[in-house]
Amino acid sequence: MSPAPVGEPLERRAVISGIGQSQIGRRLGRSDLDLTAEAALAAMADAGLQREDIDGLSTYPGMGSGTPGFAGPTTPEVQDALGLSLNWHDGGGEGAGQMRAVIAASLAVAAGLARHVLVYRTVTEGTAQGAGGRPGIGGGGGSGRGVPRFGGFLQWSLPYGAVSAANWIAMVGQRRMHEFGLTREQLGQIALNGRRNAALNPNAIYADPMSMDDYLAARMISTPLCLFDCDAPCDGSTAVVVSHRDVADDLDHPAVQINAVGTALRGRPSWDQFDDMTTMAARDAAAAMWERTELVPADVDTAQLYDGFSVLAIVWIEALGFCGRGESGAFIEGGGAIGRDGVLPLNTAGGQLSGGRLHGFGLIHEACVQLRGEGGARQVVRPNGRGPEVAAVANGGGPIAGTMLLTRDVR
Amino acid sequence: MLANGPSLRLLPYLDDHNRFFWTSGEDGSLRILRCHACHFYNHPPGPVCRNCLSRDQAPQVVRGRGRVETFSINYQQWIPGSEPYVIAWVSLEEQPSVRLTTNLIDVEPGDVHVGMEVAVEFEAIEDVYIPLFRPVGPQDAS
Repeated sequence: MSPAPVGEPLERRAVISGIGQSQIGRRLGRSDLDLTAEAALAAMADAGLQREDIDGLSTYPGMGSGTPGFAGPTTPEVQDALGLSLNWHDGGGEGAGQMRAVIAASLAVAAGLARHVLVYRTVTEGTAQGAGGRPGIGGGGGSGRGVPRFGGFLQWSLPYGAVSAANWIAMVGQRRMHEFGLTREQLGQIALNGRRNAALNPNAIYADPMSMDDYLAARMISTPLCLFDCDAPCDGSTAVVVSHRDVADDLDHPAVQINAVGTALRGRPSWDQFDDMTTMAARDAAAAMWERTELVPADVDTAQLYDGFSVLAIVWIEALGFCGRGESGAFIEGGGAIGRDGVLPLNTAGGQLSGGRLHGFGLIHEACVQLRGEGGARQVVRPNGRGPEVAAVANGGGPIAGTMLLTRDVR
Repeated sequence: MLANGPSLRLLPYLDDHNRFFWTSGEDGSLRILRCHACHFYNHPPGPVCRNCLSRDQAPQVVRGRGRVETFSINYQQWIPGSEPYVIAWVSLEEQPSVRLTTNLIDVEPGDVHVGMEVAVEFEAIEDVYIPLFRPVGPQDAS
């Protein structure tokens, strides 16, 4: 259970005042710092801020490992590159998914540690992987110096060739087929929906039309996941500026308020030991978020839900209460409910499956675009004739999960 | 018939906490860390019992029987030269909350299913005994 409420959630004192993205592509051959600077300057300009106004810097995952092209530049590297003078900075890979960097920024703003925090997430996985395809963790082991050895949590899966999140999430998908009767045709709707929306996103990686036959004929990666159930590695940087809400009236566009965040991890932090094999930490993060807000799932006008793998999006649909447990297959059947004119417009820029693996931050960016009414050809219009007022964003899968509700204007 | 695993098995570093598990198969038995105070099985092994926080734990031989909770047939060549193989999460009969990620061996693609009863078998590589599971057949009646 959550701690006792202490009045208004402090994250509500923060708004996203600016958004920006770099060039996005499959193999750009540009450095992560170069892409980050492009996104950062765009976000600062969007917020109407000068370099001197930025006094906080935050990223996921910051200094660290991961496969090539994954981490992006550290906050000290970006501070130096942009000549920033900072009152607060933070980077880390542990926490409520990739959006932990935005959540940390909101709390820093609420605590008075910083006034305008530049938050970024940069990937160069497209270039790093080159033509070689996505690596497994452990890199296939072909070092020629004996069999590689691993410790930590990886030791329990790597000996079995379970070397990718694709394998681990495939297990969740298969379990859903067993428990709930999920079908490949239902799962395919996540991929098809993303591709339809990507066609209206000039920055998307894959915009060619895709049919259900195309989806079903794609090569298998790890059953039940085929190629189109896995997101598209790319190069690109997304930046947002998180500011105190009292700047909202100074903006030339609607402020996007952080209404509530969900950061809980109540089950075991492990793929194979989590008590519920069909939801995992998304269940905990979503429950915690709804405990912090008066809004309810029916208030949500658009959902930007992590689809690093298609299964994760349906896990989030259920975890966030847009349908009942086990009912997501029926909910997405035919794709109507998650279309731009459906009850839950989903991943309206194409998600990561077709829009590109911007690793959570592409979804945050698109939620802001939609709330600000700047979606152009893909702008969602609700049955009341208005644009979305409440967006749900979710990042992560398996034992990693974070979610937040964003609203148009300050409430 | 599917392969029994990837073409190359990446291996664990052995240390004082995991050595008992990864070498347990030397005598043909699977061992899981068990709490003497509350009898809870703890896997992966940890410094204290996750159930009661006692430090009084020791490896305990288990029967090596379990149930396939979910599975995936891997086709992607993460590890070059691999033929399709089955990754499974197997829950142990002594305490089903304990699950092992493993490979199923000696199985046909169409036969793998959730709920399949399986029994442990070990593959020795260097100083490690990798627990694998094969379907329980009529010859395994106990």
